[in-house]
Amino acid sequence: MATILVVDDSASMKKMVTFTLQSAGHTIVEADNGAAALAIAQKQATDLVLTDVNMPQMNGIELCKKLRSLPNYKFTPVLMLTTESGMDQKSAGKEAGATGWIVKPFNPDQLLKTVSKVLSR
Amino acid sequence: MSIDLSQFHQVFYEESYEGLDAMEQGLLEMDVEAPDDEVINTIFRAAHSIKGGSGTFGFNQVAEFTHVVETLLDEVRSGDRAMNQSIMDLLLVSVDCIRSLLQDLQAGDDPDLTQATDLKSQFEAILNGESASSESVGEVNSEDNTAEPIANEGGGKGYKIHFVPEETLLQTGNEPTRMFRQLAEVSDDCIEVSANLERLPSLTAMNPEHCYLAWDITINKAIDRSEIDEVFEWVIDDAEVVITEFDLSDSTIEEQASEQIEEPIAQAVSSEVESIAPEPAADKAPVENTAEKEPAKAKAKAKASTPESSSIRVSIDKVDSLINMVGELVITQSMLGQLGQNFDITRVQRLQEGLAQLEHNTRELQESVMKIRMMPISFVFSRFPRLVRDVSRTLDKKIDLVLSGENTELDKTVMEKIGDPMVHLIRNSIDHGIEMPDVRIAAGKPETGTVELNAFHQSGNIVIEIKDDGAGLNKERIQQKAIENGLIDESTTLADEQIFDLIFQPGFSTADAVSDLSGRGVGMDVVRRNIASLNGSIEVSSETGKGSRFVIRLPLTLAILDGQLVKVGEEIFIFPLVSIVESIQMDDTAINNVGGHSDVLQLRDEYVPIVQLHEIFSVNKDEPPADDNIVVVVETDGEKVGVVVDELLGQQQVVIKSLEENFKKVEGISGATILGDGTVALIVDVSGLSKMSGTSIKQIDSAHKAA
Repeated sequence: MATILVVDDSASMKKMVTFTLQSAGHTIVEADNGAAALAIAQKQATDLVLTDVNMPQMNGIELCKKLRSLPNYKFTPVLMLTTESGMDQKSAGKEAGATGWIVKPFNPDQLLKTVSKVLSR
Repeated sequence: MSIDLSQFHQVFYEESYEGLDAMEQGLLEMDVEAPDDEVINTIFRAAHSIKGGSGTFGFNQVAEFTHVVETLLDEVRSGDRAMNQSIMDLLLVSVDCIRSLLQDLQAGDDPDLTQATDLKSQFEAILNGESASSESVGEVNSEDNTAEPIANEGGGKGYKIHFVPEETLLQTGNEPTRMFRQLAEVSDDCIEVSANLERLPSLTAMNPEHCYLAWDITINKAIDRSEIDEVFEWVIDDAEVVITEFDLSDSTIEEQASEQIEEPIAQAVSSEVESIAPEPAADKAPVENTAEKEPAKAKAKAKASTPESSSIRVSIDKVDSLINMVGELVITQSMLGQLGQNFDITRVQRLQEGLAQLEHNTRELQESVMKIRMMPISFVFSRFPRLVRDVSRTLDKKIDLVLSGENTELDKTVMEKIGDPMVHLIRNSIDHGIEMPDVRIAAGKPETGTVELNAFHQSGNIVIEIKDDGAGLNKERIQQKAIENGLIDESTTLADEQIFDLIFQPGFSTADAVSDLSGRGVGMDVVRRNIASLNGSIEVSSETGKGSRFVIRLPLTLAILDGQLVKVGEEIFIFPLVSIVESIQMDDTAINNVGGHSDVLQLRDEYVPIVQLHEIFSVNKDEPPADDNIVVVVETDGEKVGVVVDELLGQQQVVIKSLEENFKKVEGISGATILGDGTVALIVDVSGLSKMSGTSIKQIDSAHKAA
């Protein structure tokens, strides 16, 4: 299965996302914010990045921009975990090179469905 | 896949409370005139996380309410709205409201939505009143349907999709073949894809990272239009996507055939799609099945989960050090084990060394386990800025709160119980201590009063100081009130400390009118009792016109006690080491009888009531009393008592076991412990003992003066 980088400053969201994806057999790498995620990405290629948008230190948009400049992450799917009110976040995300988004609130099944959309088998 | 979301609830609650604390703190330190961007961002992020989490974990009432809070914060953040005092007040009340909603949910109750509804309409009034930039949920949800609307969904209609992505499509991580695979999934493989090579440049002009292909997709199955929209959801802005319907009965087969002949490349793509399609189709069915059941189940579980499964966050350092100690303990244990296998007297030396090491390991391990329960007192202190702000605003007083020693650590249980007494003391300081601004100015003081909170460690205790620069305690009024209440009579002369101490007596209140704040029937006696129940003490000192200072002393933990072992007859008792002032040996002549019924010990220039431990606890003493008495002088609530015992044994740390839970409450005994040899020793409750002695220092003093 895939290796997925999960980036969220909220422990509960991260736990839920991680648990769900692990249950589906994926390997998870976790980071608390964009800066930490970028540090991981510089060392390791992953199959997918799931990132929250609003985070301290480096937000998801900034992270996405930076990821696209890394050779290993040029085409890696990056999904934003965004909220319903954050429509401008979606376009900002796209501009930064994000593949798509998952709208909060979502349940584990929606998450898995969306993730399967972007994972090559 | 079915995942029980309730397993994440506890983490969600904890992080939400933390978020709310951060919001509150941010709001309190914010300068309304010129709010700091970073502070607003922090507040916004906290609200945003709570909204996201509460929606995800099924707490929709919280999510809905937090949504309006977040929307307003977002406007402030983006500069569309200026912060002002009324918004700030509203936000602060909202923090309380969200907290109480979460607390209700955590306790398994249906949250009370009255306040939330009321606040929500206030928010909406602000949002709709002036600003154009607010987004409502409804608007947002409709956004995705940007492709031309088609009223007739399904009903024997297939779809033709013309898909021309922008060349940069791949750079966002979107991948057309993945999208086709998804379409194949939703249409049960009834799909044809043909590639259009028109845009393909010559090899030299080609950028390998660009996408030059366009596609025509035919779906030969009546599926829901929304399924197609979902596939193109993320690329709709970066591509030309034209979706048209056609009648499935007519032209399908014909067209299929012609396309297959004309476009061999399309065949290749389409067969790729087909070859991978069956697998996803196979595991898709169970996914959909569980999708419906799951939310209902999560809700049921959430209700059933028990409240108050309290947990603490422990820093990784503490856990690491614990693991380290256990490692050392295991090494020592195996060393001793080896030693024991073929032991002879020549190896006694090594055994002793091993045992010493074991003792060392055990003590360190015990200390680190205790440290796990230790948390910085900032957890208690952090609620006071808000309290001070609210109370001082109600009273129209100007007050600065100064906190220091927030990182001083103490046991979590002690921490939970010290909050309420502290709230009471701080309210008292603000209500009765700090004067109105005009009074302060007239007294030559700065207009703004100061309340200081300080915490520090001192010889195995944590000391918490609450200091104000207000008017100080009014000695005359306290005395007068005490006389009115019959606590003292008019002829009694008391030292300042003794007068101040009267405020801790039951039924004592100097507040002339019961104010909304402090005089709510909870007196200082309750404060003292609460603190005493934690094995702590409280003292007050005050100077008229300068202010008052309350000092609370608490043990760092309730689980372990540094004890002095004493022997009376055949029984062993334990005194908490912290309450012992000194232990002395003296002959009978030092003990006088005062007033015919109580013994006192003249200790330098003081008189201390004497308690015979064997009398109080009815211990059989075969031997006649020795000429030399050993007197352990203990202090509690500012009073000293001399306790006569037979013998002083060692000092050691003892683990406190509740006598009440295992036997019953015994007056004068605060608990029990099991000693190294397996016998049970009782721990003396020093304050209880001094009450049982039936004599107080005041009575003795006055008796002595009278004599």
